[in-house]
Amino acid sequence: MIALLMRDLRLAVRAGGGFGLGLAFFLIVVVLVPFGVGPNSDLLAKIAPGILWVAALLAALLSLDRIFALDHEDGSLALLATSPLPMEGAALAKAVAHWLTTGLPLTLAAPALGALLNLPGPAYSFLFVSLLIGTPALSVIGTFGAALTIGIRRGGLLLSLLVLPLYVPTLIFGAEAVRRGAEGLATGTPLIMLAGITAGAIALLPFAAAVALRINLR
Amino acid sequence: MSIWEYANPKKFMTSTAPILPWVFAIAIAATGIGLVWGFFFTPEAENFGSTVKIIYLHLPSALMAINAWLMMLVASLIWLVRRHHVSALAARAAAPVGIAMTLMALVTGAIWGQPTWGTWWVWDPRLTSFLILFLFYLGYVALWSAIEDPDTAADLTSVLCIVGSVFALLSRYAVNFWNQGLHQGASLSMDKAENVSNVYYIPLLISMGGFVLLFIALVILRTRTEIRLRRIGALQARARRT
Repeated sequence: MIALLMRDLRLAVRAGGGFGLGLAFFLIVVVLVPFGVGPNSDLLAKIAPGILWVAALLAALLSLDRIFALDHEDGSLALLATSPLPMEGAALAKAVAHWLTTGLPLTLAAPALGALLNLPGPAYSFLFVSLLIGTPALSVIGTFGAALTIGIRRGGLLLSLLVLPLYVPTLIFGAEAVRRGAEGLATGTPLIMLAGITAGAIALLPFAAAVALRINLR
Repeated sequence: MSIWEYANPKKFMTSTAPILPWVFAIAIAATGIGLVWGFFFTPEAENFGSTVKIIYLHLPSALMAINAWLMMLVASLIWLVRRHHVSALAARAAAPVGIAMTLMALVTGAIWGQPTWGTWWVWDPRLTSFLILFLFYLGYVALWSAIEDPDTAADLTSVLCIVGSVFALLSRYAVNFWNQGLHQGASLSMDKAENVSNVYYIPLLISMGGFVLLFIALVILRTRTEIRLRRIGALQARARRT
């Protein structure tokens, strides 16, 4: 499992792996928003938590179809299926690799981009914490979606249609935590709910993803 | 004699053929009576005027929008556990009906909301969760149509349906937490005293019964169509081989 994780990480970091692409996309979306709504800093400060969360979510979505598609094409996924590692473990390793190459960089970069959107001072720590807690859920849910759609050629659009509704609860609690942080309200409840979603998704969805993978490899 | 006998496609076809016209007739009659009674023979509610009458469309369609997904969930579970093809096809057949019901609930709700709340749409928990349910239906149907092999498609959509149910529920409570909203609470229940008054209650009940039957009739009809399509496909494959 660790070997698989290291392999995926190496593949992602080396040329053509798309590492950094998600990050650049995140930057572009955040930069585009002020062009769309105007440079009014009060307005920007108000919508910044939501924009940052939506942008992070879209950036995570962008790299989802890479999780299994390349391995499926060159046959290494079939090899993985015959290896002693259970499919659940493989799905979890893939999700962790996706998080380390997408979720974690997004989390680290988000406070810097918050400055571009004039995010209120107290919200920075909550932005960081909520992304840190919430992005693993995005990766695991996305892995499940990617597992469902590997058999489909050009499944990228379908993948977003399937995965985005599943992202709704995570987005609501994540953005709510940052918004409450920005307004100086108590943030305990949304953060706990967010952590609950992440924990539940990590515990259950690798099984669903493994079932979908087995069906697709049949 | 067990219920699983009806999972045999042939048995299903022969036993639903005589029932179907009756179910359709009763469904149309009940829906018609409920709607006509509701629209023309009930007094106008104070504060609402005639706008309240859209409830005879709004409430039954919303009811069936949720129950259609529940039915798909049960059918998916039966397919995954017992691998009856009729069950998978029934789930597939129910999805477009569910889409229609969800859309109807959303549109009638918007038309009703405009005069009473002064807005077509608010991000109220119930409205939002219906919109999310609508997106789930779209994804489900899209996944069915994207995969060529019917058994793989049935398996994958079943898994999606189960995971989707969990997330649909989760979204329902997440938006509840987010915004308390304008939508009123439940207006009908078995044990509460403050139901809507009988004048409205009886036509509403008839109309709800009509929608349930209409849903059943449409699902049976569409399942029969799917079975026939599957048979045609098998015949064509056989004809190509010889």
